[in-house]
Amino acid sequence: MAVHDNFSGPAPRTSLLNDPVFRGVIYQLLVVFLVVGFLGWIVLNTAQNLAIQNKTTGFDFLFRTAGFDIGFSLIPWSRASLYWEAFLAGLLNTLLAAVIGIFFATIIGFSLGIARLSSNWLIARVATVYIETIRNIPLLLQLFFWYFAVLKAMPAVRDSFLLPLGVYVNLRGIMVPKPLPDHEFTWVAVAFVVCLLAAIAIGVWATRQRTRTGRYPASIVASARIANAVVTFALGFIAFIALGQVIPTLATPMVAAAGALVLVGISFTPYRPFVGAFIAAVLAFTVTGFLLPGMFSSVPPAILLLVAAAIGLTVGWIMLERIGRTPVDASKFPVALPILVVVGIPLALYYLIGAELAFEVPVLQRFNFQGGLQLPPEFVALVFGLSIYTAAFIAENVRGGIRAVSHGQTEAAQSLGLKDGDRLRLVIIPQAMRVIVPPLTSQYLNLTKNSSLGAAIGYAELVNVFMGTTLNQTGKAIEVVALTMAVYLTISLLTSAFMNWYNGRVALVER
Amino acid sequence: MAMDFGYVRKDFVPAKAAPGRTGGPILWAQKNLFSTPANTLITVIGLLFLAWAVPPIYNFLLGHAVMPGGTVEECRLEGAGACWAYIHARFNFFIYGFYPIEEYWRPNIVFVLLAALIIPLLTPSAPFKRINALLFFIVFPIVSFYLLNGGVFGLRYVPTEQWGGLMVTLIISLVGIICSFPIGVLLALGRQSKLPIIKTLCVMFIELWRAVPLISVLFMASIMLPLFMPAGTSVDKLLRALVGVTLFTSAYLAEVVRGGLQALPRGQYEAAASLGLGYWKRMYFVVLPQALKHVIPGIVNSFIALFKDTSLVSIVGIFDLLNTVQAASSDIDWASPTQAVTGYVFAAFVFWIFCFAMSRYSLWMERRLDTGHKR
Repeated sequence: MAVHDNFSGPAPRTSLLNDPVFRGVIYQLLVVFLVVGFLGWIVLNTAQNLAIQNKTTGFDFLFRTAGFDIGFSLIPWSRASLYWEAFLAGLLNTLLAAVIGIFFATIIGFSLGIARLSSNWLIARVATVYIETIRNIPLLLQLFFWYFAVLKAMPAVRDSFLLPLGVYVNLRGIMVPKPLPDHEFTWVAVAFVVCLLAAIAIGVWATRQRTRTGRYPASIVASARIANAVVTFALGFIAFIALGQVIPTLATPMVAAAGALVLVGISFTPYRPFVGAFIAAVLAFTVTGFLLPGMFSSVPPAILLLVAAAIGLTVGWIMLERIGRTPVDASKFPVALPILVVVGIPLALYYLIGAELAFEVPVLQRFNFQGGLQLPPEFVALVFGLSIYTAAFIAENVRGGIRAVSHGQTEAAQSLGLKDGDRLRLVIIPQAMRVIVPPLTSQYLNLTKNSSLGAAIGYAELVNVFMGTTLNQTGKAIEVVALTMAVYLTISLLTSAFMNWYNGRVALVER
Repeated sequence: MAMDFGYVRKDFVPAKAAPGRTGGPILWAQKNLFSTPANTLITVIGLLFLAWAVPPIYNFLLGHAVMPGGTVEECRLEGAGACWAYIHARFNFFIYGFYPIEEYWRPNIVFVLLAALIIPLLTPSAPFKRINALLFFIVFPIVSFYLLNGGVFGLRYVPTEQWGGLMVTLIISLVGIICSFPIGVLLALGRQSKLPIIKTLCVMFIELWRAVPLISVLFMASIMLPLFMPAGTSVDKLLRALVGVTLFTSAYLAEVVRGGLQALPRGQYEAAASLGLGYWKRMYFVVLPQALKHVIPGIVNSFIALFKDTSLVSIVGIFDLLNTVQAASSDIDWASPTQAVTGYVFAAFVFWIFCFAMSRYSLWMERRLDTGHKR
């Protein structure tokens, strides 16, 4: 029996309607027809409506005088400014709130995410309660709370709270000292940037050398020893001065310097850990001794001092075990060196060329504060709300990212003999970042978009200035909405472009 | 005779003493709170923080609070905590807004219907899922609309301007999820489609809405929607907000559903095609049931986000829960230093209850659906 060959010869004739390609074309044409028709209908309606209202379209309104006030602006603003300047001012305010919010949200979020994974039950619970509370309450409600219930309930200007460092808090926001750098200070700033780059370059070079030869080069070790001594001296000096708050004789510079020199001397002997432990204990003691009386005003100071001392001693004890007995050698990363380069050199330059960084402290005049930098309550409430809210989400991303690294990696790192810190830094974090960064970027994007809620509490950001005031005054609904949306669309597209680039860079290369 | 290795032990290790404790709170504390010096330090700092933060919060919420039945004079006393009496007095306003008092039974029936339909729908073991879903997604919204709006069957007409409070918050979030769900599924399918024009249109639609903040969408809906309609049509304010919320949510839902579609093995698509099913049958009978099951937690999460986002409609002048609280906080009869804070705490608590319950549900569902087939 002959096998009928189905595969050769012309394809069987079927109706054109059953051809998937033809159907696809038909469907798409249909959809295009519908969408174009719908859009056309909208355009016709809009044109008709605009004609009825006697309105014109076009972007020429951008070059007309705005004539309204903006409470808080990064660019010079007056009533005579033009609408495009209002657009710019709003955009800059949005970006300012977003950048500062991102900064704080990242710090709080990472701390909380790690705290939630902590083996310490109490800390893990506190972090969980924070996250579960904050992320289940609408951001707008939180903003209202911060603005109307907290900042608007602050005392009037006359009875402002005075915080340390000349910061005042009152009904009109937060007044902070304004830095007034003089001409020479520019050089110090330049030196800081250069030193920062240099420190990074030195670190990279030293690590490469170590990867190649197994030890840090002799020049690095030698300068690290010097840097170590200098940093020890500086920290010891600060510690003695701080201790001087309790034992006044130590606060004199000569005594503190002598004590710090002794510490430097000890740091070259095998008793080295005691130096670090001493400094850490003193600093911990003074900081807690300063904070506790402020937190518990009803508890007798002697008890608080005892608690602070106990905390200081515990910190010292912990440091005692963490710091190696041997002085800086070729096998350890010279931490003190970059610190000295980044902080020390600009500081030395500061005194050498006689630069001056004055601070203009806000002063209470008859009705309001003069001078200083005045942060309006709208801005403070927005940054507060955005950071606290987004931090809860970032914490969850961080936790998820760290948990995504399999436990085998931890075990493998331990079996290589890595210490806890190195294990986290070299094995866990790099792998966790791969998981953390994409959702983190979208949280940053969310924060930027959510900064538009500032409109609800009167912060002069893009939606408020442009979609609110400008639109109300000019009535150019289509142009204003299109411009505003274009801004957010651009930010979003840039973010997703970055994300794609990052994902491509860190993607696992699989076999 | 075995070789003598320097690193091989020759004698037995002496037995360790039995551990002093094998359980109990002290061992637990040793393990979880005081295992290392650093841990102890963190515990102490944590306890200090709690000792600082918890008593004032407790005193505000309960200790010094004025309970329902109290008077405004008590709330005005120095050092008084939350003024719960104020919440009690304005409770109906927070739930129903300006809805006429004699018509409260209508929203009440809607609340009861909602509970009666949604609880069996969310319980996986409850029977009649199909009928239940049909009732909830199609019959319930229509019945609720006529019940709340009135104007038919001799019911008094209540314009949407009088709706408010928690009622409106629930309406917006439910309408948002019910309307955006089919749109979201269609968009997700369109984005996965092989037809280039349909795919491009869907991608553009999704990315546009996801890129802009909801508040600008609401502004746009409340300003532009009347412009887009034929001249002379007036669009209800609540409806404008609903359109904005629906479009916005559908874009987010589309991305969630796309995750489910992508997680489905290719073989399922191919198997369905090899059965000779057409596109829609393939999707309806094979692909979507599996894909949607995977993303139930994701859908619940976007519902949580939507529920929180409904508070934004207060910016375009709709009296949702947050806006009623905000409006009531300038009520002179109850003016006291803690009035505003109490209102916010109440609203936060209501939102929190709903969102927390939903997030627990989503976690529970995730665990239930996790059939242990992970690699």
